[in-house]
Amino acid sequence: MRLVSRVLLLIGLPVVLLATWWFGSAGSEDFYRPSLSSIMDAFVRTWTWDMFVQQVFPSLWRLLVGYVIAVALGVALGGLIGTYRSVRSLLEPVLEFLRAFPPPVLVPAAILLSGIGDRTKILVIVFGCVWPVLLNTIEGVRGRDEVLSDTCRSYGITGTLRLRHLVLRAASPQIMTGARQALPLAIILMVISEMMAANDGLGFTVLQFQRGFQIPEMWSGVLLLGVIGIVLSLLFRLAERSLLGWYHGQRAGQREW
Amino acid sequence: MLEVKNLHKVYDGHGRRVTAVGDLTFSVPEGQFACVVGPSGCGKTTLLRVLAGLLPATSGEVLVQRTPVTAPPPGLAVVFQEYGRSLFPWLRVRENVELPLKAQGMARSDRGALAAEALAAVGLSDAHGAYPWQLSGGMQQRVAIARAIAYQPRVLLMDEPFAAVDAQTRADLEDLVRSVWQRFGVTLLFVTHDIDEAVYLGQRVIVLSASPTTVAQDLTIDLPAERDQLTTRSDARFTELRGQVYAQIQKVKAPA
Ligand SMILES: Nc1ncnc2c1ncn2[C@@H]1O[C@H](COP(=O)(O)OP(=O)(O)O)[C@@H](O)[C@H]1O
Ligand SMILES: [Mg+2]
Repeated sequence: MRLVSRVLLLIGLPVVLLATWWFGSAGSEDFYRPSLSSIMDAFVRTWTWDMFVQQVFPSLWRLLVGYVIAVALGVALGGLIGTYRSVRSLLEPVLEFLRAFPPPVLVPAAILLSGIGDRTKILVIVFGCVWPVLLNTIEGVRGRDEVLSDTCRSYGITGTLRLRHLVLRAASPQIMTGARQALPLAIILMVISEMMAANDGLGFTVLQFQRGFQIPEMWSGVLLLGVIGIVLSLLFRLAERSLLGWYHGQRAGQREW
Repeated sequence: MLEVKNLHKVYDGHGRRVTAVGDLTFSVPEGQFACVVGPSGCGKTTLLRVLAGLLPATSGEVLVQRTPVTAPPPGLAVVFQEYGRSLFPWLRVRENVELPLKAQGMARSDRGALAAEALAAVGLSDAHGAYPWQLSGGMQQRVAIARAIAYQPRVLLMDEPFAAVDAQTRADLEDLVRSVWQRFGVTLLFVTHDIDEAVYLGQRVIVLSASPTTVAQDLTIDLPAERDQLTTRSDARFTELRGQVYAQIQKVKAPA
């Protein structure tokens, strides 16, 4: 019973919104605002397996590589900065400066330097996504419990064992927070960089449809991007649940008291 | 074996100077069970942290197994006052106990055997797979003790380990610590603010004064080695020793 009501709550609003869109736009004559049913027709027609292979997979590949590099870099740098005060004072001014750039302004410069291949897009994604991961990791590493640090010291837990079982694990709730914030950023930057500099990919395709006045097809591309965003965030939640089981369990236990 | 020579510790920071330990000198011979009692805030935790090599002394010297302490000494284990926070919440009970052994490079099978033995010794044989936060406070304390025993230390330091558990659990844990000490033959320095507990547990009770901390009294507890919550605590000698420690604490709390 509770499961049923939870599911209803979860999908209720989206269903209402989609229904509103469907009936509100039914029979629309407006060229730029086609009916949802014609968008769905275009969706089925457009996003064939071939299109996935040619346009969607390259986008997802860039997204994945850029995101993974950004998270790895953010965690590595954040771990160093959070652990060593000297590294912090050395890097902080530079990082503050770099962080002030909106990542899309890098695209024109990156095109000049490395062309319109995957590298440019990955670079832009990394540049934009690294910040939330970095800042949250620093917080997480600095905020860990001193009693645990003392425990490691007195039991001779050092080196990689300490890194794995203390530094990274203690920071993992914050690292996941940063990674969650970075995920939609990665999608946005993927689309923007593909609109500015690409000859394939989702962003490129949506822009081509718009320029060719294939309006239902354009909207179907927008819809597909939304679906990809939802699927990725669900996958993220699954990963988080298995990585942070201890964290949620501990907090649930504390709330009972 | 532990030696503390003219230990003096001042915390200095944020514009505040606190003399935590005035001038402390004593030694604990190999294999002895010594209890340290003193009022709250007299520097007991500070003393343990210096002995454990986690905190430098301002002046004076501490030696563990005849070696001056400059870093956490090998063969010394600590059970912290905040035992709950000293367990890794992302590791299961067994992994918590095994981690220090892993750090020593011990083979997996040896680790497993030692951890199982230690967990059995504290009565937690059926909690291997639990996470610490799934256990009660008393059980968490047992895990912390099991981790210390599995490490096979020569010296064991315990900081008010039973301050936060209920009376029945506390009595059980006291007997557990006595049996661990008898069975593994460690040198044990046990800090508490509870006079009864100190007299019941130790072969010796070191009473600290309030700040600036010195040794106010050093008392040998000549109770029989076999102790029992009921008979020992109703022993006339127990009452007498307890009275002596109590009088001394009253004296140091209210200096003339
Ligand atoms: N990190 C610290 N910085 C400054 N003062 C401290 C610190 N730790 C303890 N103190 C002070 O030193 C004194 C002794 O503390 P502590 O060793 O914890 O006493 P106890 O364990 O006997 O209660 C107290 O006055 C306490 O406020
Ligand atoms: Mg204390």
